[in-house]
Amino acid sequence: MEHYLSMFVRAVFIENLALSFFLGMCTFLAVSKKVTTALGLGVAVIVVLGIAVPLGNLVNTFVLAPGALSWAGFPDADLSFLRFLTFIGVIAALVQILEMTLDKYLPALYNALGIFLPLITVNCAIFGGVLFMVERDYNFTESIVYGVGSGVGWALAITLLAAVREKLKYADIPDGLRGLGITFISTGLIGLGFMSFSGVSL
Amino acid sequence: MASTKEMKQTLFGPIFANNPIALQILGVCSALAVTSKMENTLVMCIALTFVLVLSNVSISIIRNHIPSSVRIIVQMTIIASLVIVVDQLLKAFAYDIAQELSVFVGLIITNCIVMGRAEAFAMKEGPGMSFLDGLGNALGYSVVLLTVGFFRELFGSGSLFGYQILPLITEGGWYTPIGLLVLPPSAFFIIGGFIWVLRIYRPEQVEAKEV
Repeated sequence: MEHYLSMFVRAVFIENLALSFFLGMCTFLAVSKKVTTALGLGVAVIVVLGIAVPLGNLVNTFVLAPGALSWAGFPDADLSFLRFLTFIGVIAALVQILEMTLDKYLPALYNALGIFLPLITVNCAIFGGVLFMVERDYNFTESIVYGVGSGVGWALAITLLAAVREKLKYADIPDGLRGLGITFISTGLIGLGFMSFSGVSL
Repeated sequence: MASTKEMKQTLFGPIFANNPIALQILGVCSALAVTSKMENTLVMCIALTFVLVLSNVSISIIRNHIPSSVRIIVQMTIIASLVIVVDQLLKAFAYDIAQELSVFVGLIITNCIVMGRAEAFAMKEGPGMSFLDGLGNALGYSVVLLTVGFFRELFGSGSLFGYQILPLITEGGWYTPIGLLVLPPSAFFIIGGFIWVLRIYRPEQVEAKEV
């Protein structure tokens, strides 16, 4: 249990996908103008990462990894070079299915998250999370914890940035820095703040 | 055939006038984490140039045969296949660098520049112009990345491409490295500064005040 808790804390604070690996930056910078929309996107990312990472783990264990196809009678097959293509397909399909399921069974949630879901297919945070999971050899339970944890970290970072940007509207910023420039610098400062967690271990 | 002036515009426009990172906020995603060393940065730039140019050209060649309802999937498949080629090549010939770049080579697939240029340019224009557009945007991206990498490696560890330029105080020299520049957040500050300087010289890029 302790192992999972410490993994969760690491994924949220220390190895934050947005602030220390720069993943999902395009959406991170583009959709962080208002706290409510940022929060909506953040929740959508948590949901998708929480499903995509364990799913990627299953696909990797049973199809892609060297020797994974032994259940189908191909003990020598090594499909790991197809990793990128497969994961992109899995993520795109997952988002599409999620969108249709939400639309049918949970219309309220669909209305809240719907517009963000297509954005997420090309969000590098999802793809990056899945690739990190493979690279670090997480098992199935670990991958669930890692998926949810890194999603929470991303959501936290984008919500914080949106809150800062809402206040920045009232600041008198030099012309050249207005907009994108100051956003980059504030992201850097938030990142520095998160670095202070790096000594924490449970 | 497009005029020489237009071709020049397509090739050199994205470097400063319409830089994909500084102005269009595209492709910031994966790349910044690899800028702490010039060597890795350069490899990343070459990899992206390769993928962007080839994807632009190949998508442009078959653009009239792609049904628009499945175009995203087709583009994704082409880009992903190119990235697989790059990844396998790196693993075969530059294993150490491939280890350090780790997932970031794979992340070229979701790099918004590649998709963005395929969708915005290659689907409309011929292969020649798409080639120039891809090259131009890759150059614009590389300029930003190499600038960031230059500052981070020179002042963060006193070296360039692994060669010691500023002798470190720990090795009997005079230079105290700035530890901050090795950490990820410094990339944000340097890009922020890059954008600031760029916009001082090109005031038309300054964003309007929000109301």
